[in-house]
Amino acid sequence: MYTKNGESYFIVDAHIALWDARPENQRNIHGKQFIDCFYDYHANLSPESEKWTYEEYLYQGGTRLMKDLFEDGYVDHAIFQPAYLGEFYHRGFGQTEEASALAAAHPDKLTYNHCFDPRNGEQGLEQLHADAERFNLKGVKLYTAEWHGDSRGYKLTDPWAMRYLEACRDLGIRNIHIHKGPTIRPLDRDAFDVADIDHVATDFTDLNFVVEHCGLPRLEDFCWIATQEPNVHGGLAVAMPFIHTRPRYFAQIMGELLYWIGEDRIQFASDYALWTPRWLVEAFVDFQIPEDMTEYGPITTDQKKKILGLNAAKMYDIAVPAHLQLPNADETATGPREPERADLAHV
Amino acid sequence: MTATALGAPALTEDAVRRALDVVIDPELDEPITDLGFVRSVRVDDGLVEVHLRLPTSFCAPNFAYLMASDAKDAITALAGVTHVVVELDDHHDSEIINRGLAADAGYVGTFRHEADQDLDELRATFQRKAHTAAMERVLTALLRARPDLPESEVGTVVLADLPDDEHTASLLRRRTAIGLGNHPQAPVLVDAHGVTYPPDQVPMALRRARSTRISIDGNAHFCRGLLQTRYPGSEQDQAPRADAAFFSPESLFTPPSDTPAPHTQEIA
Repeated sequence: MYTKNGESYFIVDAHIALWDARPENQRNIHGKQFIDCFYDYHANLSPESEKWTYEEYLYQGGTRLMKDLFEDGYVDHAIFQPAYLGEFYHRGFGQTEEASALAAAHPDKLTYNHCFDPRNGEQGLEQLHADAERFNLKGVKLYTAEWHGDSRGYKLTDPWAMRYLEACRDLGIRNIHIHKGPTIRPLDRDAFDVADIDHVATDFTDLNFVVEHCGLPRLEDFCWIATQEPNVHGGLAVAMPFIHTRPRYFAQIMGELLYWIGEDRIQFASDYALWTPRWLVEAFVDFQIPEDMTEYGPITTDQKKKILGLNAAKMYDIAVPAHLQLPNADETATGPREPERADLAHV
Repeated sequence: MTATALGAPALTEDAVRRALDVVIDPELDEPITDLGFVRSVRVDDGLVEVHLRLPTSFCAPNFAYLMASDAKDAITALAGVTHVVVELDDHHDSEIINRGLAADAGYVGTFRHEADQDLDELRATFQRKAHTAAMERVLTALLRARPDLPESEVGTVVLADLPDDEHTASLLRRRTAIGLGNHPQAPVLVDAHGVTYPPDQVPMALRRARSTRISIDGNAHFCRGLLQTRYPGSEQDQAPRADAAFFSPESLFTPPSDTPAPHTQEIA
């Protein structure tokens, strides 16, 4: 819970990880390249005071995670969204055992989502059934650029991926978090393209599709499909820290999301341990869209409350104190919100 | 310009860099020379060796290949060049890409089983996005400059209505790239096929174009920053985009608090 100026905000961090990228777990050079890339993201977008050393960054561990999120970070509930990356790390990148044990020990604070890879075929489907039972899964995290033998990615419309989504439907796994990455098979097309999400969102209207990084670097494609599909949501992982280094760009991202998909389908995430939630929550509560950006309306306190926690809490049935709950906006289910705010003459 | 006895420009490092100005990062719609992606240029008689670098080792390999092979083509076309080596440094696919470039294997030959077809469609997709963003830049600039122009009339603006400036020149180049003509009476707000929008869809079309422009500009700034983090000093090889829109990069992206304000001189 975060309270400022008499307003209380219930905080759900909808995208966290507990990773191990230490050299002894790196399978090859790509394991180092991957964590180096993350560290550059961290170093480039964090305020000086929030920067970790590279050594700290390689592995944070459960004790530090609990402190960073729940003691220091104002977070009420957080959701693990692990990436496996078995081609880069001996024991995987996301630490399944440690993270799921932590979630089991703190069910009021942590939800463990697991991952699957449709290229594992029948065997993977059986594993998904076992994992759903073991972890009581409500959601899964899919990284479509995951390397797998000779393949370096897949699309959600691949026949096996569709079968896994059907299994999710049967198993009560309703929340599908999708993280697009730079590779896909075949490599000819844009790996960040979100057209496959459009397709499966239409086919699986009873599932929620949360597009992480709100589609960045293809914000425009994400907004366009999400405005047409009421079950497509935007996760703010990676977008959040722009609030510090590039506040006007962050304002544009928020303005676009509120315009195209509305206040009920945007979820806060620190992407821990890429960044820590404390400074992001503080900055977001203080944030306002600059007055000269008249093409966007100001962001309201209620909208911030929904984004910081209420939206994800609703999706995951996380209990929120009654006095902090808010009703859905009286908005269109599809199409742009408040189109009258497209004040073109004053941009 | 210095000329050789044959009348062709001398083959210098600078000439090579200027040749590389035509190589565009398709996602960011800017020259690799302005983005700081050219790490080094070495000219030894007719031999040219160029090293490229990218903001992360996990930048998309298809775009990485596209820029590297375009770079090799651009240098090969220079007079006096006998041998060209272009290498992409520090990328997860450096080995594959550099081997393919050395052998002139083409995209499919380079990525073999991972590639089904050439990158023409990928390139075309991003040329269309670049056109969309350029269109938004000129029209929003026009709306700002002419408060009398109602947004409902934006669909009637033709090329001849645009000022003679860098935004317009940029739009004309991008129209040409996707096969649109540049007749003075050609409407500005069009889709990738040159088709105009019905009046009631004009505001939405412009709004959607704006999200494309925001996306491209935002990515370009992020990539510039990441390159600086990865290769300290590389900012000296970067130049802001020539047709930067509305907000200077400084006003759009200056960190609010990291850089301490200059302290007032204390009197001892």
